[in-house]
Amino acid sequence: MALHLTPRDSGLITVVDASGRITLGDGSAMLRKTMRQLLEEGHTKIILNLADVDYIDSSGIGELVSAYTAVRSKDGELKLLHLTKKVHDLLQITKLFTVFEVYSDEGIAIRSF
Amino acid sequence: MVTSRMAPETKHLEVTLETQVESVNLAEEMCLRLAEAAGFGEDECYRIGMSVREGVINAFHYGNKEKPEKKIHLAVDLTPEKMIIHVADEGAGFVLKDVPDPLAEENLLSTSGRGIFLMRAFMDEFDVVKAQTGGAEIVMSKRLPAPGSAQMNGNGSGGHSANPNTGA
Repeated sequence: MALHLTPRDSGLITVVDASGRITLGDGSAMLRKTMRQLLEEGHTKIILNLADVDYIDSSGIGELVSAYTAVRSKDGELKLLHLTKKVHDLLQITKLFTVFEVYSDEGIAIRSF
Repeated sequence: MVTSRMAPETKHLEVTLETQVESVNLAEEMCLRLAEAAGFGEDECYRIGMSVREGVINAFHYGNKEKPEKKIHLAVDLTPEKMIIHVADEGAGFVLKDVPDPLAEENLLSTSGRGIFLMRAFMDEFDVVKAQTGGAEIVMSKRLPAPGSAQMNGNGSGGHSANPNTGA
């Protein structure tokens, strides 16, 4: 399933609702393009809502890390919301849970900035 | 090109794939169907599919350097005990012990280099050997579920290795 990303503003925070697969090819490219665009527009406090993303491969993981470092380089923060079990397990075994802030409640995630 | 030969106890399938992104999805889909037909449950099918995907990505990107004139050779053996998957490229080959550990502190923010780790984590056995093509051949396997146990894998207890670096 192709990746769809829908950014929405919640005050000073941008929440990006994602659905589909973040994998080599279009999925990773779409995430890269969207994050680059958000940063160019000055959005640096971003929550990526992965509630409807149940598949990420190593390319997608690499793109998440790339997005994280790109946002950090602009003195911003990228946080993750609503991980599915598969994505949760993937971030756990790759130790990326120690890198990303992960939330299961959008309100708490927004107030964490 | 697809060839298939069936022996009484072992089924063998070979596919030659183009070096292109679409081959990754094709290989994953094909092996997923084989895994489902072999009786693997949902969680194990996910792990097998992901491992095939990562193996073909490795061949596509690192082995064949995305050169369209090179091919990716995928083979699957279904024995009474396990599903064995071979992914060979036409690159220069590599030594497994030279692959950086993606869990090392200095590599955590690397944007690549997790494919081998995931294959080791998700499969029961994993190795890299010299392919007949001269490139690298990934060989990985998953034990077949005991008869009647496939439906139990859906509860997430299928269990991947806690320490992927101990793979075969």
